[in-house]
Amino acid sequence: MRSPEPLIFEISKPGRKAYSLPALDVPAKSLEDLLPASEIRSEPADLPEVSEVDLVRHFTRLSQLNHGVDIGFYPLGSCTMKYNPKINEEVANLPGFNCIHPYVPEELAQGALQLMYEFQDYLAEIAGMDHVSLQPAAGAHGELTGILIIRAYHRSRNDLKRTKILIPDAAHGTNPASAALGGFTVVEVPSDSRGGVDIEALEEAMDETVAGLMLTNPNTLGLFDENIERIEKIVHGKGGLLYYDGANANAILGISRPGDMGFDVLHFNVHKTFGTPHGGGGPGSGPVAVKAFLEPFLPVPTVVLDNGKYRLDYDKPQTIGQMKSFYGNFLVMVKGYAYIRSLGPDGLREASRNAVLNANYILRRILEYYDLPYDRHCKHEFVVSPSRIKRNTGVRTLDISKRLLDYGVHPPTNYFPMIVDEALMVEPTETESKETLDYFADVLIAIAKEAYENPESVKSAPHTTVVGRLDEAGAARNLNVRWERPE
Amino acid sequence: MNFLPNTDKDREDMLKVIGVGSIEELFSDVPSSLRFQGGLNIPPGLSEYELAKHMAGLASTNTAQDFVNFIGAGSYDHYIPSVVRHVLGRSEFYTAYTPYQAEISQAVLQSIYEYQTMICELTGMEAANASMYDGASAAAESVTIASGLTRRKRALVSKSVHPEARTVISTYAEAQDIQVEEIDYKNGVTDVGCLAGRLGNDVACVVVQQPNFFGLLEPVDEISARVREAGATYIVSVNPMSLGLLRPPVEYGADIVVGEGQVFGNPMAFGGPYLGVMAVNKKYLRRMPGRLVGMTTDGQGRRGFVLTLQTREQHIRRERATSNICSNQALNALAATVYLSWVGKKGIREVGEQCVQKAAYLAGKISGIKGFSIAWEAPFFNEFTVKCPVDAGKVVDALLEKGIIAGYPLGRSYPELKDHLLIAVTEKRTRQEMDDLVAGLEGLA
Amino acid sequence: MKYPENLKYTKDHEWVRMEGGKAQVGITFYAQDQLGDVVFLELPEVGTEVEAGVMFATVESVKAVSDVYAPVSGKIVEVNEALNDSPELVNEDPYNNGWMCVIELSGPSEFDNLMDSNAYQKLVEKGGE
Repeated sequence: MRSPEPLIFEISKPGRKAYSLPALDVPAKSLEDLLPASEIRSEPADLPEVSEVDLVRHFTRLSQLNHGVDIGFYPLGSCTMKYNPKINEEVANLPGFNCIHPYVPEELAQGALQLMYEFQDYLAEIAGMDHVSLQPAAGAHGELTGILIIRAYHRSRNDLKRTKILIPDAAHGTNPASAALGGFTVVEVPSDSRGGVDIEALEEAMDETVAGLMLTNPNTLGLFDENIERIEKIVHGKGGLLYYDGANANAILGISRPGDMGFDVLHFNVHKTFGTPHGGGGPGSGPVAVKAFLEPFLPVPTVVLDNGKYRLDYDKPQTIGQMKSFYGNFLVMVKGYAYIRSLGPDGLREASRNAVLNANYILRRILEYYDLPYDRHCKHEFVVSPSRIKRNTGVRTLDISKRLLDYGVHPPTNYFPMIVDEALMVEPTETESKETLDYFADVLIAIAKEAYENPESVKSAPHTTVVGRLDEAGAARNLNVRWERPE
Repeated sequence: MNFLPNTDKDREDMLKVIGVGSIEELFSDVPSSLRFQGGLNIPPGLSEYELAKHMAGLASTNTAQDFVNFIGAGSYDHYIPSVVRHVLGRSEFYTAYTPYQAEISQAVLQSIYEYQTMICELTGMEAANASMYDGASAAAESVTIASGLTRRKRALVSKSVHPEARTVISTYAEAQDIQVEEIDYKNGVTDVGCLAGRLGNDVACVVVQQPNFFGLLEPVDEISARVREAGATYIVSVNPMSLGLLRPPVEYGADIVVGEGQVFGNPMAFGGPYLGVMAVNKKYLRRMPGRLVGMTTDGQGRRGFVLTLQTREQHIRRERATSNICSNQALNALAATVYLSWVGKKGIREVGEQCVQKAAYLAGKISGIKGFSIAWEAPFFNEFTVKCPVDAGKVVDALLEKGIIAGYPLGRSYPELKDHLLIAVTEKRTRQEMDDLVAGLEGLA
Repeated sequence: MKYPENLKYTKDHEWVRMEGGKAQVGITFYAQDQLGDVVFLELPEVGTEVEAGVMFATVESVKAVSDVYAPVSGKIVEVNEALNDSPELVNEDPYNNGWMCVIELSGPSEFDNLMDSNAYQKLVEKGGE
């Protein structure tokens, strides 16, 4: 069993150091001549004092306590934990991408601007949209951007009564949070018995006070909404706009385009769909694509091509403004761009087709033991419920997930979407082999059997990790969010 | 090139288990009218070698990396030690997702806890979150926190705050009907008289930057007193690198500290990904957006780390969450943690002192050039503003020939400062490079 | 005793104990069980006017937030400060030490609209609302 790693502060020793700096090569003045004494720190910040060896061993040993895509299967639903190609990491480290300040004169950054320009184009083509902003730093940031664009559009037409955004009950939590941050009231639309949007409820909710509908398609149940054309007519018919949450776009690349489905604005998660790593939580990139009539509202700047020169275009009088400094998470764009160039149109379509095949394969293999709330073919992910197991043995989704850890597999997303009791949301992605899928299905089946034979063993899992189930209630009740040096 | 392991035989076997004849059948619920016909109009796929060559070509079409850079303005050319790239290259870190399953995510969780501790040490604040998108969006979200807590709808933002941060604050605030008012600067720093005139008990917050966008130290104590009087929230945006040398914001009464953490081990990278730093006092903790890691124990009493206070977040509170943020800048925060471990307690002070000494040297030299002067008198850290005899943009253009990017022409965001150039140094700039800049400027006088 | 007979209940899973024109309020055994370990409560300040059926407090567990609705209208005259440091009292002793606040009733008739122990137990057995 791996042992826990002390905190970097606990291995610190006064007088040790890892750093080296060039000697000061200008005549040194007294610090007090340069800064008011009152502005100078009296107590040094208590940062660690470690040697370089200490440092490298600390973070290397620490790293070994983590699961990642490079270690094993990571079927975390709605997160698209596909393999991150190594060449993309390598090219993103090139000095020509790393060592350029965002404010350098544009003629010194033509390669970066060209890459962004082409990336905008590729994403527009994949989305079936007309224009793209690469500025948003993550999916939720893209959602907020899209919501602000919808808001700006209605306001530009002096249509001020549209204060609501409709969101299906199966939606990602970011959707309602983004709509609220964008100044809208959220109205939830229920799902129907096939797992899609309840059309009657939508018709009832849709009126002239609704600015738009946010929809994920395929949705968080992994189901393609068969009524998407009717939904489009209902929302547009009453003057609302359609927002596409691209979190699940890995199911549809080159197969069906949100723009063709009638969506007006969308975001992609480059870190899901286009193979860039999740970094332990970030950075991501959440480009927003829009139809032509929404282009005036995009954040600034976008990249344009003028007489053979790429440049940043800030000239958008109706822009919503800026969502972050500079132009977006550029190095993530580099990796996403490299991914699209590697795969090309055929590779992207094959990625989606295989993602869907892999998901359906696992689904059919485990169905005897787990319950499927909506019996349809899924797309890139599916949601099952161990409700029979829970009823008969008391073993819950959380327990099954924790038991999976003992088998070296990252658990599926738990308890989401909320409309399915004890949800287990599985997204294998296309980069996993049949052997891996079989192993996972075998493990899920073994745990289901174990739940009947020895429920305590499942309920007390994990048994092999560096720590057991941690006291989350204790963490919240007695907050300790920073280390204090013992007296 | 693709990354599909399954063979045709695998696919055939899998289709049999599913009970369909083709992958196509799995898409039967997509209306045929919505099926995309033909191929996407993007270039055909490349082999790894072709891709590497193509990307190297794009990278070398950029030339900025070959210039000596004196631009700061929110992104700084500090040295990044090799250990940073080494640790960030560990795929246990970079191929992981958000650490929801704590038992197999202790590396990410513990490193965030270490990061939170380091940010608290630097700022003097009681808690720091796991990261925001960047300094500007952190500033924007802190205005939201302040408005929510005070139930007030006016935000005062100094014009000496980074122009892009001000734009982002306005973008966020507009949607929440928070009225953003800008406070003029005088002699290069916030005009406290102007601020006092605008303050009142309907003001949610005051946002200042230290050192400010012009590189100068603000009268933060005086501002603090005024903000207190009005019962508003004091939001200070810092250059975190300056805090090795300058006093922590807690000492001048900051309620929320934000900043651009790019300076700690993250490359300039044409503007991102960077690191949004956010630290608060306890009073603001439950309104803080973003992820937070806490220490706890398992059933056997072993120490471990978990995400905590998650009920603030979108996946639980949905439309009532403190923010919509989900993905953050975790790997950039790891870079900062490794960097801060490398420089350590003494090194961060030394970096700060070198910045101050070198900036003072360069400013001294430039002020001796006929026609050039230092624009304002206030003390500065690693960046200062030069008044030029000609349009500052022309100065930059002229110096490019000598392989130097001389600075940021302030006229780009302050029309009244067309002849002002913002110049930054770091510990990386050598005396020779600075002397070359001076020689180049002398040639223009 | 999961649902004491001397208390009244709401469909939103609050309980009420009447004592001389004042109502002591908390959440039921069922509510705390559904929530799991309570880690934080946001309670109103003394002096706040509350209206029956309107949210006036929130209870948080590790992974959920639940609104608490005022069972009766009136003024908050007392708040259980002990819950700030020991939110777990809501789990351990929901009907006594886990009480949340005391409301001085503005219209005593509302009290009669609440459910008795039997009726509430039937509601819970159906799986709550």
